[in-house]
Amino acid sequence: MQVTVTVNGVEYTKEIEGRLLLVHFLRDVLGLTGTHWGCDTSNCGTCVVWMDGEPVKSCTVLAAMAGGREVRTVEGLANGAELDPIQEGFRQCHGLQCGFCTPGMLMTCRHLLDKNPDPTEGEIREAISGQICRCTGYSSIVRSVRWAAVHEAASK
Amino acid sequence: MQVPAPFEYERATSVDQAIGLLERLGNSARLVAGGHSLLPMMKLRLANFEYLIDINDLHGELGYIRLGAGEVRIGAMTRHRELLESDALAEVFPIFRDAERVIADPIVRNRGTLGGSLCQADPSEDLSAVCTTLDASCVIRGPRNTERVVSMEEFHVGPYETAVADNEILTEIRIPVKPYASGSAYAKVERRAGDWAVVSAGAAIWLDAAGRIADARVGLAAVGPNTTGIPEISAALRGQEPAEALYELAGAIAARTCDPVTDTRGSADYKRHLADELTRRTLRTAVSRARS
Ligand SMILES: Cc1cc2nc3c(=O)[nH]c(=O)nc-3n(C[C@H](O)[C@H](O)[C@H](O)COP(=O)(O)OP(=O)(O)OC[C@H]3O[C@@H](n4cnc5c(N)ncnc54)[C@H](O)[C@@H]3O)c2cc1C
Ligand code: FES
Ligand code: FES
Repeated sequence: MQVTVTVNGVEYTKEIEGRLLLVHFLRDVLGLTGTHWGCDTSNCGTCVVWMDGEPVKSCTVLAAMAGGREVRTVEGLANGAELDPIQEGFRQCHGLQCGFCTPGMLMTCRHLLDKNPDPTEGEIREAISGQICRCTGYSSIVRSVRWAAVHEAASK
Repeated sequence: MQVPAPFEYERATSVDQAIGLLERLGNSARLVAGGHSLLPMMKLRLANFEYLIDINDLHGELGYIRLGAGEVRIGAMTRHRELLESDALAEVFPIFRDAERVIADPIVRNRGTLGGSLCQADPSEDLSAVCTTLDASCVIRGPRNTERVVSMEEFHVGPYETAVADNEILTEIRIPVKPYASGSAYAKVERRAGDWAVVSAGAAIWLDAAGRIADARVGLAAVGPNTTGIPEISAALRGQEPAEALYELAGAIAARTCDPVTDTRGSADYKRHLADELTRRTLRTAVSRARS
């Protein structure tokens, strides 16, 4: 079947199998390997991307379901060489170590800040509760999001 | 790598068109809503279908929460997140917000739907327990505009089995709003955040003008083949003054009548203990909410 998906503002039309999962469409068909693929069971959240503005686990969405919709991946965060504040926050506060969970964390946390520009630690932990990080112990992720919140507020 | 077996993908644009597709394709086809129960099962090859009919475009038609005087109507495509965020729903039936806070995680809740939860008919499904507690009924639409309304008891035929036929679709849940002061609550014990219940319980209480229990319902999940209401508890509580001794009695009935099995989430005995404890807790909260 043919599917047309807009990813980070670029429209792609591809011939795919109905059973292709969105995560594999992004990584293998489009070559956008920023989105990671981990547990394959909707638990780890490293595959999180936005679909029509909402974070979803792309290992549990068919590529066909994204047809006609807008997808945003971690590649769509930076503006050229300029990092998004959430990326800069992770860089400043050691929000990542091995980096495996990071694409999903960034997409979820960007969405959180768009909805709630000044989240508490509890709200940040709740927002990422469907995602697993085996390295950081989460504290530095919380600090990274707070860094982004504070710097975004200051730059407005 | 987990990938479903091959199938043809179809996208429905209206309820009637979805039913038309189901009629044509018969039991080789399956609806997919949020896909967060069906796709994992298909990835594990526990379920295989020749056709999947995507009903996400029906969110406009079937995604709603409508509060009427005698009834609340919720469309089958309403997502977990929408149920969680609705202040109006939390006002009438706080049990929904209690439950949605502990169903899966925020990202899964962006996709999973009320209809998919009920139709999955997993004995651990939290929204089934909520709907059972609230005495909800299910509106099922079939070919040629036929519509039937069934109770939750009739809806859940067995584990993973519902009253919805191959050529039908669940369109709406209807919950009666009784003319009493009401309160409801949900509690769940899980091994870790976002996991399925070890046991969960819902309770709803309706108090008459004198403060006595006009009606009470308890619904349990993960302790038997179905999430069923417990008529014996309702009978024991009706007409009584709310009191701790009564919650204890209800808890004892819950523990005695439920039918848990020992598995990786816990022993049958532990689950019975939880059924007792969570029944008491939710009744206590429901009564205090009904009074406030
Ligand atoms: C990681 C994870 C954790 C979870 N944790 C919990 C939890 O703690 N508690 C809990 O209750 N649930 C949990 N769930 C399940 C979640 O709530 C699912 O979203 C829900 O069970 C199914 O909803 P869905 O819309 O995704 O259904 P789908 O997967 O799309 O469909 C499920 C079934 O229902 C049928 N169906 C769907 N809609 C209709 C309709 N309108 N008419 C007729 N048939 C229909 C489909 O054909 C399919 O057979 C979890 C899921 C995941 C992935
Ligand atoms: S790969 Fe999708 S949640 Fe882990
Ligand atoms: S940085 Fe290694 S898993 Fe999160």
